[in-house]
Amino acid sequence: MADMAVQSDVMEAAGPYDRAKALSAFRLGDVTFYWLTRVCAVSVLLILGGIIISLIIGAWPAMMEYGFAFLWTQRWAPSADPPVLGALGPIYGTLVTSFIAMLIAIPVGLGIAIFLTELCPQWLRRPIGIAIELLAGIPSIIYGMWGFFVLGPFLAYTFQPFMIGLFDGIPVLSSIFGGPPSYLSLFNAALILAIMVLPFITAISVDVFKTVPPVLKEAAYGVGCTTWEVVRNVVIPYTRVGVIGGVMLALGRALGETMAVTFIIGNSFRLSASIFGPGTTISAAIASEFAESDGLHQSALILLGLLLFVLTFFVLAAARLMLMRLEKKAGN
Amino acid sequence: MKFLKAIVAAGLVAASTSAFAADITGAGSTFIFPVLSKWADAYKKESGAGVNYQSIGSGAGIKQVQAKTVTFGATDKPLTVDQLDKDGFAQWPMAMGGIVPVVNIDGVKAGDMVLDGDTLAKIYLGTITKWDDAAIKKLNPKLSLPSEAISVVHRADGSGTTFNFTDYLSKVSADWKSKVGSDTAVEWPVGVGAKGNEGVSGNVGQAKNTIGYVEYAYAKQNKLTYTAMVNKGGKTVEPTADAFQAAVANADWANAPGYYLILTNQPGDKSWPIVATTFVLMHKDGSDKAASQEALKFFKFAFDKGGKMAEDLDYIPMPESVVKLIEKTWSSEIKS
Repeated sequence: MADMAVQSDVMEAAGPYDRAKALSAFRLGDVTFYWLTRVCAVSVLLILGGIIISLIIGAWPAMMEYGFAFLWTQRWAPSADPPVLGALGPIYGTLVTSFIAMLIAIPVGLGIAIFLTELCPQWLRRPIGIAIELLAGIPSIIYGMWGFFVLGPFLAYTFQPFMIGLFDGIPVLSSIFGGPPSYLSLFNAALILAIMVLPFITAISVDVFKTVPPVLKEAAYGVGCTTWEVVRNVVIPYTRVGVIGGVMLALGRALGETMAVTFIIGNSFRLSASIFGPGTTISAAIASEFAESDGLHQSALILLGLLLFVLTFFVLAAARLMLMRLEKKAGN
Repeated sequence: MKFLKAIVAAGLVAASTSAFAADITGAGSTFIFPVLSKWADAYKKESGAGVNYQSIGSGAGIKQVQAKTVTFGATDKPLTVDQLDKDGFAQWPMAMGGIVPVVNIDGVKAGDMVLDGDTLAKIYLGTITKWDDAAIKKLNPKLSLPSEAISVVHRADGSGTTFNFTDYLSKVSADWKSKVGSDTAVEWPVGVGAKGNEGVSGNVGQAKNTIGYVEYAYAKQNKLTYTAMVNKGGKTVEPTADAFQAAVANADWANAPGYYLILTNQPGDKSWPIVATTFVLMHKDGSDKAASQEALKFFKFAFDKGGKMAEDLDYIPMPESVVKLIEKTWSSEIKS
């Protein structure tokens, strides 16, 4: 009580309160804040535009030299005279590893999310949830090292020989799972990618699964649905948009992942029918060759970067388009 | 006022001494980095001047010195006289080291296996695919070799080590020369690529039935199974400091313009066939002459007192006669 009395004394001592002055100070603050945030927002566009323009400038000599044939030329010979450079190997490797990674990560990631939200006993939820979050926090180089020193030997000496033996003699499959087993292969890289993107899919799926109104689920259980039927017919349809968003985010990460992949993919520009053979991805090729490159070679690597940019852009654009369609459908 | 003057004077003194002790800047070869940083430590203790060297790779080092962002560059692939003249560079050899093939085969110990240039080229060309191939068996009658596929490891990044290795293969195999050639990065017919000397040693150390090539120090430190080689004279040699010395002893630096000399496949019964040299590049008429002179002082120190340090790290220091030549080059070419 005594404090308040003292305070009001001080206020009065400061003289009459200038209302207009205070208001204009507020306005100035608001305007400054508006422009400050606006500059921040616009700077994102400027940076994005700058990156695209500098990529195009850097890639221009290679574009002029190779044209569209760059996309389907397999040979990568920077030391040939003149250098012959084609992007088919890295593009193939990027698509194959990402595809296999998603093939593994989507079912497992959704499985974890469903278990966590629908079936998991309360006391186990937190440990599993935290473990998934930690998985997302591990630096990618650690995945690379683990993939090389721990996963590599297991795949090379146990899993791959088993798969090669299993499919031996069956057409198509025998060449997809063809030997010899290797520490460094497209499959190893894809498996590491799958583990790396798993947390993205799981975390987002868990969040969106939680948005399903309990009354819907309870109604479904009430008419006698099994858990599988509830998930299949209520939870997934209700959250499709969010789940696809998470999957696309994961795909974006898989396409661009560099360090872990460079470690274990084998960095070979040849096309390999077998997923146990070595390959390379766009980002791995850039990471391993850029420092020592010059002239057309460097320009071709920048062009590869531009291709990755375009590829990722299309993936995200396709995701948006799909989401928009789904929203429209849901709206009808 | 007196007090103020004293402060200003002290500041000036400090500024001028710190300008004197400015770091010598360089960039390039990763091959020479271990010994260069050891020299730099010793030089700092003696003279107070530090050396700031970025081991970013030979090609990138050349670019940096061309752009004059650093005082000197270091490269494992020498520039030709034409290239030197174009950029106004002086070039001289700084240190040498051996490159060794390393393998990982059950039951084969370091130095057990013998390879010759032609067989090595065929393995890297993919024409020899199994360890019990007749050509390998003929060179190694006593070894029991598995009938397993050879898994070839090469460098994924551009590298001076690759340049010297492929240069050797080009010299001993016409097939290699026509199909692949030699450069810091080539179009490998087979195998997997690993990043850096450490990447290749890691791969070969881990995975069975592999073969790779690394700088000798990496093979030694990682206890890898290096092979013996048949040299130009037809003799089998093991990779030792003596064998590297023998290879460079015959090198005729005096008659090599711009010191353009690649020390692979050298004659001599005791010579190790794959030896690499790291060259230093500097502008003859640099814009910052004081910095050039400071750098030369450092290199002189490295030649005079760094020999032992180089040997400790399994490099081969430049012989005294060559150092004399190089010092003459400095005084005649680099303007002070």
